[in-house]
Amino acid sequence: MATETFSVATRPRSPVPAVRRARRRLGPGRPLPYGRLLGPALLLALWAAASASGLLDPRKLSAPWAVARTTADMISTGVLQEHVLTSLTRATAGFLIGITAGLALAVIAGISRIGEALIDGPMKIKLAIPTIGLIPLLILWLGIGELFKIVIIAVAVAVYMYIQVYAGLVGIDKRYVELAEVQGYRRSEFLRHVVLPGVLPQFFVGLRLSLTASWLVLITVEQINALSGVGYMMEQAQQYAQTDVILVGLAVYGIFGFLSDALVRVTERRVLSWRRTLAS
Amino acid sequence: MATDTGELTGVRIDKLTRRFGDHVVLDRVDLQIAPGEFVALLGRSGSGKSTLLRALAGLDYDVAGDGELRIPDRVSVVFQDSRLLPWRRVLDNVILGLRAPNPRERGAEALAEVGLAGRERAWPTELSGGEQQRVALARSLVGEPELLLADEPFGALDALTRIRMHGLLRALCKRHQPAVLLVTHDVDEAVQLADRIVVLDGGRIAVDIRPGLPDSRTPRDPGFQEVRELLLRALGVTS
Repeated sequence: MATETFSVATRPRSPVPAVRRARRRLGPGRPLPYGRLLGPALLLALWAAASASGLLDPRKLSAPWAVARTTADMISTGVLQEHVLTSLTRATAGFLIGITAGLALAVIAGISRIGEALIDGPMKIKLAIPTIGLIPLLILWLGIGELFKIVIIAVAVAVYMYIQVYAGLVGIDKRYVELAEVQGYRRSEFLRHVVLPGVLPQFFVGLRLSLTASWLVLITVEQINALSGVGYMMEQAQQYAQTDVILVGLAVYGIFGFLSDALVRVTERRVLSWRRTLAS
Repeated sequence: MATDTGELTGVRIDKLTRRFGDHVVLDRVDLQIAPGEFVALLGRSGSGKSTLLRALAGLDYDVAGDGELRIPDRVSVVFQDSRLLPWRRVLDNVILGLRAPNPRERGAEALAEVGLAGRERAWPTELSGGEQQRVALARSLVGEPELLLADEPFGALDALTRIRMHGLLRALCKRHQPAVLLVTHDVDEAVQLADRIVVLDGGRIAVDIRPGLPDSRTPRDPGFQEVRELLLRALGVTS
């Protein structure tokens, strides 16, 4: 080595330390076990401590145990179940109608040029208008009953579904289309084995966005104009400054939002199992 | 495959012209490929070789031009990328679109031919680049094509894998006897593999030779060197 040939001529310098220090890591390092739970747990502890010490005015925020007690009461009287069931029915109906409509419109726009010309423009315009902005108009048209609530959820869901699935259809890799042509796939084979799997990832993105949208719109319409449902329950609680009931409502939304998203994620992982080989 | 006249069908290209805007990419090209003949198509980038291959593959519907093409019924294409559907397992990739009795058995046989027996249920992403391209070869040969079009099929592979693939392609073509049009920019690859070498320059055929080298040829053979020099000159690489 070069250093050896020179060592004869040069004076020995200070010896190189035998053990070199490990290189400093600049990345965040290994994840903590159950690290994600740490933040919420700390928040809960602070909340409990503030409530117990009297620092937190119960009129601003009820204590955790008060919320738990209220939840138990509302369940035993059946009030909570009734509101939850009403909300879930609205959300599910609007969601299913919206998904179907969004998918149908995306397929029409994605596979025919006339469909694209007629549908894509209006949908992009709708995307630019927040769905909640349509509330006054829809109330004039449909009244303030269940139909109005379901329609407005469906509208929000349909747009998200459309945008994602249409983008997926348009973005089908042209190389696979060429392959299908030279390999002589039938149209049905092409749709089933090239188009459908190509669109599925986008479909699931649309599904998750749609879920979020349906909850968001549901909460809004129930708080504006309803006589039942979780949003109505929270709105009433605000009138009487029942922070515990408001928190119960928030917890319900949180739980259902989390569960529905988890359901989609599990389904996605099963359906798109071929992708796991990429991730691993 | 025998036609009505009892002849094997080859490829016949008459005065094929292709234009992109004002730019003439193929200028009245005439070319015939006999059944079972292995032709390498060389040319600088932009010489029109891929355009010619895409015309033969029927993939140039939006391109302006005229001329006559007579090609066999069963044509298959090997692309530079393996172009396997990532969501279908290897065997399903090979047999999708195959219209033949017992497709799964035939697909498995084709995979065995390219040295991938036992990998039928693998996902494409689990295979190396060379293995993926071998699956693509199996897919293109499983339908017993009369014409095999290959667009720089080894261009994305490393040098060692490429050498192995050369041997495999020659062996497969000897057995299945399709007419082959191999588009490449690699002179050595062309001399190594082909019976006949065509050089395209400015949309016209500049060289069309049958070197007549023995089957087991190496770049050390004087004949190999001679052909190589000639082709390099035609491509404007050596003075």
